[in-house]
Amino acid sequence: MHVPDGFIDAPVSAAAGVLAAGAVAVSLKGARRELDERTAPLAGLVAAFVFAVQMLNFPVAAGTSGHLLGGALAAILVGPYTGVLCISVVLLMQGVLFADGGLTALGVNITTMGVVTVVVSYLAFRGLLKVLPRRRRSVTVAAFVAALLSVPAAAAVFTGLYALGGTTDVPLGTVLTAMVGVHVLIGIGEAAITAATVGSVIAVRPDLVHGARGLTAPLKLRVGGELVDAAPAPVAAAPARSPRKVWLTGLAASLVLAGFVSFYASADPDGLEKVAADQGIDKKVEEHAAKDSPLADYGVQDIADARLSGGLAGVIGVGATVVVGSGVFWALRRRRTAAAPVARTEDAA
Amino acid sequence: MGAGHTHRLYRHGHSPVHALPPHCKLAAVLAFVIVVVSTPREAMWAFAGYALLLAGVAYAARVPAAFLLKRLLIEVPFVAFAVLLPFVAQGERVEVLGLSLSASGLWGAWNVLAKGTLGVAASVLLAATTELRALLLGLQRLKLPPLLVQIASFMIRYGDVITDEMRRMRIARESRGFEARGIRHWGVLAKSAGALFIRSYERGERVHLAMVSRGYAGSMPVIDEVTASRTQWSYALTLPLAAFTICLLGWFL
Repeated sequence: MHVPDGFIDAPVSAAAGVLAAGAVAVSLKGARRELDERTAPLAGLVAAFVFAVQMLNFPVAAGTSGHLLGGALAAILVGPYTGVLCISVVLLMQGVLFADGGLTALGVNITTMGVVTVVVSYLAFRGLLKVLPRRRRSVTVAAFVAALLSVPAAAAVFTGLYALGGTTDVPLGTVLTAMVGVHVLIGIGEAAITAATVGSVIAVRPDLVHGARGLTAPLKLRVGGELVDAAPAPVAAAPARSPRKVWLTGLAASLVLAGFVSFYASADPDGLEKVAADQGIDKKVEEHAAKDSPLADYGVQDIADARLSGGLAGVIGVGATVVVGSGVFWALRRRRTAAAPVARTEDAA
Repeated sequence: MGAGHTHRLYRHGHSPVHALPPHCKLAAVLAFVIVVVSTPREAMWAFAGYALLLAGVAYAARVPAAFLLKRLLIEVPFVAFAVLLPFVAQGERVEVLGLSLSASGLWGAWNVLAKGTLGVAASVLLAATTELRALLLGLQRLKLPPLLVQIASFMIRYGDVITDEMRRMRIARESRGFEARGIRHWGVLAKSAGALFIRSYERGERVHLAMVSRGYAGSMPVIDEVTASRTQWSYALTLPLAAFTICLLGWFL
């Protein structure tokens, strides 16, 4: 379901747009790694496939029918980066050409239907494949679960965006229950179709399924009546890429989201706190040990404007997280590089 | 196959709106929609003003009202949703025709309906007066990444081919006596979808080889560079500027 203009207010739409643009930029890089210079024709044709398969009607019963959303299917068949790219291009063209989904809501649409479905389904798919036995059957099972999870996840993220910037005060609990409830049902259909489609592709061209790449058995040679492992093909070393650009982009996006969006976000307590207050659960809550810290309750002390103080706290929080996180990584890396020469000298001895 | 060389959403014509460079039109529509979305919903007359502006554009582009109204039908699912809003929203209730409705829900429904309809109408006018290829060139001029524009152009170019392939598979199924009636038949349909994916992917590989053999090295040559003069820009930006004036009036009156 495509969100039209005017459904989510302007600041949150803009923030979702920034998020979607960042995701598309990252996927453009990643897709080049997945497909190299074949990116444009292959991603274009897969996008055309997603566009066409969304028109394939699956009859349910008594005249009703459903169709695929395609996020999970694209992620499993062609990989997460190309998947995000294809769904985003389909949504862009639907918005510009067919007026399906508003132009200002494009960021919201790409974030929920493109990024969230692909990322959630791919993570679930990869995680399940690690656990399940390495057989073709497990790919189908993992595809089923991944597609089943992806649809309600998109609905939940949409509800979150609605809570931040919705233009009508519908009770959030009702929206969440209705959205996730309906989308679990849709997700079951999506899961069945996705699993069957992935299964049929695997049966014919297993090499085309990105998600099943690790499953091909190693090449064996029969030498003198005995099976011997063939020598693995030499793998070209990937050129080292500087992750600095990605880091900087991510940092900028987090800062914008934390500062700018929380500036506009509702000053009301969040859903959980509200439920707690309504039900009287929070009477027993003890004050947090850090309640006197200068950032307690997501605000900066001595700044009277609640929104400005919330935004500042967001920015400071992101900064602190980055500093602490990078510090930990830096320390770990130092230890590893320090340990490496020792190991080498032992080898030499 | 057998379709014309233009998209079915495009209406061929020689009006001043058709003649504008595509990137001017894209920028104008985007600015217009942003202005519409940021208008306060209480200023009901402002939305009437926007509708009049769009009607003016449609008149200048010689797009008939029936065509525009028919294309607005795409909005119907959200109209159904908007009708629900007054019943489920919170806040003070008002009596309308014996029904107890939420006042804020009524405002919300009006907000979604008015802004959504104006957005759809603006996009429909854009698609009706701009050729597909020109639209893609316009996106490129507006500094969308070239790779993204290439992917979009391949999707548009082969969208009809792939859809037709799907249609031929349906005809083949039906001529063998198959009719999908319920969940039991999903397996067959999913196999068709799988076959469609394999065919699309293989077609992509063939297209890539054909491109490489014609000297493709990662970027498409731009043959007809579209440029816009200052007059054309000012002509195209009349729409969002007029809308912006209405929006300011809506905020301060």
